[in-house]
Formats: sequence, structure tokens, C-alpha cells
Amino acid sequence: MLVVDKLSISLGSFSIKNVSFQIPNGKYGVLMGRSGSGKTTILESICGLRKIDSGSLFIDGNDVTKLRPADRHIGFVPQDGVLFSTMKIFDQITFGCILRGYTKNDAKIRALQLSKDLGIEHLLDRNPYGLSGGEIQRVALARALASKPRLVCMDEPLSSLDEDSRESVCKLIKHLHSKEKLTVLHITHSHVEAELMGDIKFKLSDGKVIPIT
Amino acid sequence: MKKNKVPSDIPFYSFIWCFGIMYFALILALLYADASYTSFSEIKNALNDESIRASVWLTFQTCWITAVLSIVFAVPTAYILTRYNFPFKRLFDSILDIPIVLPPLVIGLSLLILFNQIQIFDKTIESWFAVIFSSINKVLPENWPLKFPNGITYKVPAIIIAQFTVSCAFAVRTMRNTFESIDSRQEDVALTMGCNRSRAFWTVVIPQAKFGIMTAGILSWARALGEFGPILVFAGATRGKTEVLSTTVFLEISIGNLEGAVAVSFLMISAAVLVLVIVRFLGSTNSQW
Repeated sequence: MLVVDKLSISLGSFSIKNVSFQIPNGKYGVLMGRSGSGKTTILESICGLRKIDSGSLFIDGNDVTKLRPADRHIGFVPQDGVLFSTMKIFDQITFGCILRGYTKNDAKIRALQLSKDLGIEHLLDRNPYGLSGGEIQRVALARALASKPRLVCMDEPLSSLDEDSRESVCKLIKHLHSKEKLTVLHITHSHVEAELMGDIKFKLSDGKVIPIT
Repeated sequence: MKKNKVPSDIPFYSFIWCFGIMYFALILALLYADASYTSFSEIKNALNDESIRASVWLTFQTCWITAVLSIVFAVPTAYILTRYNFPFKRLFDSILDIPIVLPPLVIGLSLLILFNQIQIFDKTIESWFAVIFSSINKVLPENWPLKFPNGITYKVPAIIIAQFTVSCAFAVRTMRNTFESIDSRQEDVALTMGCNRSRAFWTVVIPQAKFGIMTAGILSWARALGEFGPILVFAGATRGKTEVLSTTVFLEISIGNLEGAVAVSFLMISAAVLVLVIVRFLGSTNSQW
């Protein structure tokens, strides 16, 4: 379960104050908001990539507010995928597993299973150079999920995709969400995407998060 | 409605091509002038001269040490400049450019004063190094091939320090451009996957920066090869002791041996052209990514 409690962040003249929301275990939460409203800032703060002014963050009852990103065990899918440009796809997916203490064999089994689920088995020996937007997002998703994180944070994972890729990636994310019982925080500016994907929906407006029923 | 005729593009193309070709021709003319003034036998004679051979060898050694040192210092410095914000960052950045803009002789003079006039605990830096070097020499075995000199100024370490002071500034610029071209979000992803800062740096950033590191190293090497002013002031130009190729050219001219000076210059030009070709090749390989 993700609990965000009175989170305040300031970035120069821009600030977010006392933001609170919760996503229960196994639920798919979507945070909506206009471009520039601070969605990515909140997501990066939850991942530990941005300093917060005040507030608390709990994952599965543990206070992670002061933990380093590595110690929070969150799977992060940034906008545009952001793959490691010098690593082969297989190494990108197993990288997190190895870091989390998997044996090489277990990491390989996990990578093969995820790549089968996501339809990227044919890419495993390739470098990321030349992959399509949809392929990049699927690899980024596999990389984030490989070490079975406690929470998956996705920053507009569908925004850069064409219609066909968006539909297939949407289905894959939903399929993996139910198969792996993931707790997800997905941020987007699209109402349609939120309606399609979210079990729980929130809207970020004027620095405040409002639940949408 | 009156239709205005769009002026011709010929004056624009003439202007840009004219100036571009003129500068290119100047460089080619310089190379031609050197090539026409020397011959293969002159170069062979120069290479047969024992002091010039020693100079080539010392140049080769010092340039490589300088290139390695420049990378060791430039990589962390450039990384700090591209990834972190801190007070007076712009001032820090500008200070790092000082060796590029200062006249070479001033750098040599500054090094001379720093090592021989500035005192730390009642001793000059030169004296401290003499003490440190002699202590290291005492520890080294009797038949150890490499012994440290008893100081810095007017000795081989002065050549390396003089070359390094200027070359490192160029390496920092190159590495800064390299790190700026690497998306910092890749490090963010690595951090969330379980890396600490160090591991993210070595496994995600450095493999992507390898062409930049090689380019920075080669440029530092080339810059060190051409360094003259600071070496002359800080290391001197003693035949067979602190003589590198740039000082050889100076010494040959000073004794009236213009043919010898041009032959050595031609060797330096060949090395510089080779380095530039390698840098361009690495640059084109890198741009694929």
C-alpha cells in the first residue's frame, strides 16, 4: 500500500503543498493533471529522486521518506522509457534482479518470463538503438517489474505511443497488473487513459490532489 | 498586386564558401610550406640525432602521463559541473577555463612562483616535493629503474605539471559536453533499481562516456605535445634533460639549424594530424548513439 501524507515540495517559484492520497495493495492508481501541474515531481519524490520539504511516504506500512531510491524498492518507468543506451535488452531486464540479490539463473528465468509476457523475446540480444516507441515502453516496463518491486511508478507511459502501440501496451500493463498483483501509480494528463486504466483515480489541480469517484 | 523578385542566393553562398575556403587554404599552405622546406633525409637525420631521439622519447612519455592525469581529474570535475548545483558554480566553472585563456608564459611563471615562493609550514612546495621524493627514493630498492628527482622545477615533473595545467582544462570541457549529452534520468532509473551513486556512475554513465573519455584523452595528449611556453619557463630547455619536441624546435632555431627545426616540426605536425583523424573518427562513431 502506498500512503502519501501531507507531502510538500517546492521548486523555485513552483510548489506543491500538503498532498495526501493512498493506493491500496494490488490496486491501479492513476494521478491526472495538466502538463506542468507537478505530477512528475510527485512521482519522482515518491521514488526518492527529489527532495521533499515535508510530509511522509509509506510503502506497505514502512516509512520510506528518508530512504535512498535504492532502498525503497520501487519500479520506475520514466516518460519515453529512458533505456540504458549501452546495455543489451536482456542485461537491462536482469540488471535490477542482480542488484536485488537474484542469482544469474533466477534473473534469466525472470527476464525470459517477462519478455514472453510483454512480447519482446526477439529483442533480448539487441541494443536499444532503433527500437520503436512501443518496444521501448515494453522493455522499460519489463526492466521496472523484473525485481518484483513493492510499487510501480509510471510517468506517462503511453503518451509517446501511436494509437496501435498505445492499445497493445495498455492491455499488457493491465494483464501484468492482474497477473503479478502489482500496486501501481500511473500519472497521465489523459482522462481517457485514466478511465481505461485506473481502479482509483486522483486529480492534481492547483497543487492539491482530489480523489475522483 | 506587384510581385517582388526574391534576390539570388549566389551572394550568400559566395560569402560563406569564400571565407571557409580561404582559412582552409591558409592551413594547407602552412603544411605545404613545412613539407617543401624539409625532406625525408632531413627527417631521418633529425631522428638519428641522439638528443632529438631523447626528446621524442621524453615527449612521448610526458604526453601520455599528462593525458592519463587529465582524464583522472577531468572526469570527476566535469561530472560535478553537469550534475550538481552549488553556490558560485558559474565562478567555479569560469576559473576552470583560466588555463585556456591565460598566455602560456604566464602559466609557466605562475607555476614557478607557486612552487618556489608560496610557503606551507615554513617550506616552499618545491622543498616539500624534494623531501617527499627523497623519502620515496630511500624506500625503493637500490636497483629500481625509476628514481624521483630531488624536486620539481627545471626537472621532468615540471614538464608534466606544465602540460597538465593546460591540457586538463581542455579535457574538462570535452568531458562536460559528454556528460551533458547523457540523459541523467538513466542514472535515476539505475538508482531506483538498486544502485548506489557510485555503481550508477560506473555501470550506466561511464560506458556511455567512453568515446568522450577517449576524445578528452587524445585532445589532452595533443595539447601536451604542442605545449611550449609553460615548459620553457617552469621546466627550462636543457638539452637531453628537460627537452621535449616543442623545445627542440626552439633550441634548433636558436642555434640556426632551421632544417632540423622544420624536420622536428614536421614530426609534430604528423602526430597532430594523426590525433585529429582519430578524434574525428571517434566523434563519428559516437554520434551514432
